[in-house]
Amino acid sequence: MSLLEIKDLRVRVDEREILKGINLSINAGEIHSIMGPNGSGKSTLSQVLARRETYEVTGGEVLFNGKNLLEMKAEEAACEGLFLAFQYPVEIPGISNAYFLRSALNAIRKYRGEDEMDAMDFLPLMREKLKLLNMDEKLMNRSVNESFSGGEKKRNEILQMAVLQPKLAILDETDSGLDIDALRIVAQGVNTMRSPDRAILVVTHYQRLLDYIVPDRVHVLVDGRIVRSGGPELALELEDKGYGTETGARSASATPA
Amino acid sequence: MATASQALQNYAETFAHIVKSGAGREPAWLRTLRQSGFDRFNETGFPTTHDEDWRFTNISAIAQTNFQLNGAGNRVPTNRQIEHFGIAGAACQLVFVDGRFSPALSWLAKLPEGVTVSSLAAAIAEHPEAVEPYLGKYLNIQRDAFSALNTTFIEDGAFIHIGKGAVLEAPVHLLFVSTAHDAPSMIHPRNLIVAEEGSQATVIEEYVSLGGAPALCNTATELIAGDNAVISHYMIEREDTQAFNISTLRIEQGRRANISSHSVLIGGALVRNNVHPVLAGEGGECLINGLFIGTGRQHLDNYMLVEHAKAHCGSRQFYNGILDGKSHGVFHGRIVVHKDAQKTDAKQTNRNLLLSDQAQIDTKPQLEIYADDVKCTHGATIGQMEENALFYLRSRGIDEVSARRLLLMAFAS
Repeated sequence: MSLLEIKDLRVRVDEREILKGINLSINAGEIHSIMGPNGSGKSTLSQVLARRETYEVTGGEVLFNGKNLLEMKAEEAACEGLFLAFQYPVEIPGISNAYFLRSALNAIRKYRGEDEMDAMDFLPLMREKLKLLNMDEKLMNRSVNESFSGGEKKRNEILQMAVLQPKLAILDETDSGLDIDALRIVAQGVNTMRSPDRAILVVTHYQRLLDYIVPDRVHVLVDGRIVRSGGPELALELEDKGYGTETGARSASATPA
Repeated sequence: MATASQALQNYAETFAHIVKSGAGREPAWLRTLRQSGFDRFNETGFPTTHDEDWRFTNISAIAQTNFQLNGAGNRVPTNRQIEHFGIAGAACQLVFVDGRFSPALSWLAKLPEGVTVSSLAAAIAEHPEAVEPYLGKYLNIQRDAFSALNTTFIEDGAFIHIGKGAVLEAPVHLLFVSTAHDAPSMIHPRNLIVAEEGSQATVIEEYVSLGGAPALCNTATELIAGDNAVISHYMIEREDTQAFNISTLRIEQGRRANISSHSVLIGGALVRNNVHPVLAGEGGECLINGLFIGTGRQHLDNYMLVEHAKAHCGSRQFYNGILDGKSHGVFHGRIVVHKDAQKTDAKQTNRNLLLSDQAQIDTKPQLEIYADDVKCTHGATIGQMEENALFYLRSRGIDEVSARRLLLMAFAS
């Protein structure tokens, strides 16, 4: 049984159909990538899977670990082991990063019937993961993402993933806004999370992140449909030829400006 | 309900009654003070929404009720009933039941040398010379009818005197308890806090109710802080939803005095909190924090008048409002910089969070500057709970109720 099974998923936003029948199956232990030009529906797919309520699902089915994902609230999906690394991590003034992360971990532990972790138990775990991402401990006492640099925000997402240990992690444009050093650190953090019972879905416009996080499968999303799937070589081909060949009419290049 | 004129007649009769009963036992200066309060109130009556300072707050429900000055309610509260209002680590606790000092419910531990804490009634009876130079000298009865009315009915409250250089580290807790009455009742607590040069203290004024009945609590506090005094004042309003609470804190600050005022309005049906500091000595600092949280049909009005009278003073106002249901919040912050107050640094911020479509906030910053070398800023924001932040928290496993609570806490902090 696949960890994530998407069948003919259709989604609307404001009367406009964004996803027009997505089919995708991801097994535990695999890394998949969804690539596509701007406006193809990549972020919509990520957000729907993370159960954002502003999207209207008009058809299809999504099974996560055998359960109906589309009936879950965002917090239930998270507790079941789904994690979305945000394209634009949200700033929350007034809540410290450490408190936020511990609250999240404890919410998930409670859901699973495990004991909550107090601040003393949490500290060593947090320190270990901070080290992994080469992050300054001071960031934990600051408000969540507030006045973090672009790179710090993205690293903070991966830190959360490393602490929460999800079954399925969706990385939504995690490479955007990162310089090459930050990109390497983030990729390294993600790679240490590879495991036979975890799947990772890398959603990206550009190929360069896939140099560091090598996927098992690459899917090309154009205009709300997956138009092609293949191995890692497909990402390189797109890098070379752009998405133009997929859409026929378009000539947009996938090379970073 | 009574007509406004019947209600005014009621105040006149009540005043005549207390003048008669106080005759012969009250000092002449207090009688004069009382009379001046009544004369002023009689002249103006209650304010209406045509009055600029009351534009957003309609007090006709107060104006049209015959409140009785009838002292103790049906039941005297027991120690057990008020136990949970206690503040751990307080220096002492003065409890006032329906406006009158209750020795049985209060406790006064040994206080440091130079610190006097008693009821105002006792201070007037025993040490009038310590009260007379201050009482009524600062509260402005000309511009505020409720202050005039409070002065008319001065009876009891707290008297706190912190001598020169004395330091009281633990807070003084003043607890005002209103109990159930058969008819609408009123109290006019009056507090006097005199902090001499270089002294330090913290005073907490708290208003609670036991048993619901329409009641008017019209309180006034004069806080006189000498040079270099450091005083913190807290006003906590948590009465029930039938209570009318009008409170005024008038602060007079000497040179380099450092005062902070914190008000927390949670309870009450119709609440108006006036904070009026006058920075009357050079180098004074004043911090005014406010948090108001309304639900149901509560009306919570925060009125600040910050007067910079001398140079090199700083004032900071931070008010946060959280409004749900059909509640209505008001922030009216006025900063007046007099012509001698050069190098004034005044800042005012009001942030509001509306949790329902029917909640309402009126926010009115107002600057009046008569000096030419000053720095004054003000700003107000009104927002709904941020959907993105809520989704972010939920996407990490935190349930919706907890996520909303976290965001509210973050906002209030």
